[in-house]
Amino acid sequence: MGVSRTPRPVIQVLGIRKTYGATVAVSDVSFEVNEGEIFGLIGPNGAGKTTTMECVEGVRRPDGGAISILGLDPFRDVYQLQNRIGVQLQQAQLQKRIKVWEAVDLWASLYTKAVDGDRLLEQLGLANKRSAWFMTLSGGQKQRLFIALALINDPEVVFLDELTTGLDPQSRRAIWELVRGIRDRGKTVFMTTHLMEEAERLCDRVAIIEHGKIIDIGSPEELVRRHCPTRTVLLATDNKLAEESLRTIPSVEIVTRQDSRFTVLGQGDDFVTEVIHCLSENRIRVTDFRTVLPSLEDVFLKLTGHSIRD
Amino acid sequence: MFRGLWKLTWLEIKIFLREPLGAFGSIILPVLVFVVVGRLLGGGRMPSATAAGGFVRVGLPVFVSVLIALSGVLSLVTIISIYREGGILRRLRATPLRPQTILTAHVLVKLALTLVTMALMVLAGKRYYPVHVQVPIFGFAMALLISTWSILSIGFVIASIVPTARFAQPIGAAILYPMLALCGLFVPLQSLPPALQVVARVLPLTYAVSLLQGIWKGEAWSAHLGDVAALLIVFAVCTALSAKVFRWE
Repeated sequence: MGVSRTPRPVIQVLGIRKTYGATVAVSDVSFEVNEGEIFGLIGPNGAGKTTTMECVEGVRRPDGGAISILGLDPFRDVYQLQNRIGVQLQQAQLQKRIKVWEAVDLWASLYTKAVDGDRLLEQLGLANKRSAWFMTLSGGQKQRLFIALALINDPEVVFLDELTTGLDPQSRRAIWELVRGIRDRGKTVFMTTHLMEEAERLCDRVAIIEHGKIIDIGSPEELVRRHCPTRTVLLATDNKLAEESLRTIPSVEIVTRQDSRFTVLGQGDDFVTEVIHCLSENRIRVTDFRTVLPSLEDVFLKLTGHSIRD
Repeated sequence: MFRGLWKLTWLEIKIFLREPLGAFGSIILPVLVFVVVGRLLGGGRMPSATAAGGFVRVGLPVFVSVLIALSGVLSLVTIISIYREGGILRRLRATPLRPQTILTAHVLVKLALTLVTMALMVLAGKRYYPVHVQVPIFGFAMALLISTWSILSIGFVIASIVPTARFAQPIGAAILYPMLALCGLFVPLQSLPPALQVVARVLPLTYAVSLLQGIWKGEAWSAHLGDVAALLIVFAVCTALSAKVFRWE
């Protein structure tokens, strides 16, 4: 993981609140993002992810609470801040007939320092699209261009809002690889997503947000262990003594059997090891053995009582 | 303060010229109207005492100039609302670009196009359109720039209130084109009913037309300080107003 040994927060959000008319978009949200990590704000659409992110970027002013990013006040020092961060916005567009290199060139001219635009396009696989109009790019190419624009000023913190929404699985995987590359170059990534698989594969730490409130924060593994401690082992065996042997394991809670297939539920970090031990000690021959770990999806279901897709 | 202004302006000009019909509609078409209508009305050969002769000598060039200015404003309104609806303004605003830089770039694009169109009109006029009047080209260009700049500020107010890009063109036209009827170009102000005269005096286009006509005819700027002042007031009021009501998304 890219988290440094002594985590140094680059973003600190303390009890921010934002309402639009009678609608409360964000209420009392607090979290910290550490240097060099990929931090994900995850939750369903309308949970307050984008509003929270835009407050940290300085584009929106919260009604209450405090935000510090890179030691700056995002709203007061917005122009100073924008020089040091890179932003990819949800559902943003560029001029239809702007060429890829023109956009990169314009962006490069706006910042006090800029990296080489052509090299950036090459790294993002857009070198052959240099002279293409924005409107002719595919969804994945547009997102890669937006990543290029977010990286042009060699930013310390990169904001990615719903980066892979609407992309096919293949482009999505390619983009994930790019985001890991950003972190590996020592940058901090603050992203939002409503895709649990994306959060699980990409984020070092996540904050689950719903109805404008943060429900829990931690690494995906931590959250799973905390909220869904039950592990499942699926195995197949013809051994008649298997069921009885399995029930003697202390960490095992439930054993169910359907013909020769067993489903074993248990808790604790040693659960799977103990099952394997038991099988080998009793010389039980198995023809199939699988562990099923709960995912962030299950954590979300447990915490909110509904699936994120509802 | 205005970092990126020239690059953005140049970029927007290039993008504009890539639009299908972009250059044709805003540059070629007004010049064509000028030449064709001028020739149909017999060029400058008719004695200027006749209505048609007078219109060709002064009215037509001013009319075409006003059309150029108005089409610039309408195109500005449309572009701004498309940029807003498509999230382009939002994306540009999340950079160190200042909002006023973005708007200034668009105003500069329109002013540049207005100047190019006017230059073409003068060239076409010299070649195909035998009006042998001494026209102070530089002064007229200045008058046109001031008028366009002032009307563009009305465009920003319109751009602030139109809900979606689809409505930008019709709403803009509905606000701007009725001004043409009362601006004194077709019917002299004095012959309007008193109530309409009052309305005409409130419309900024009336002052633009008065200034353009006067400068075209060779009158001194000192005779039109009132027009210039009125146009500057419109600019100041509309700029202040749009700064208050302008929405970026």
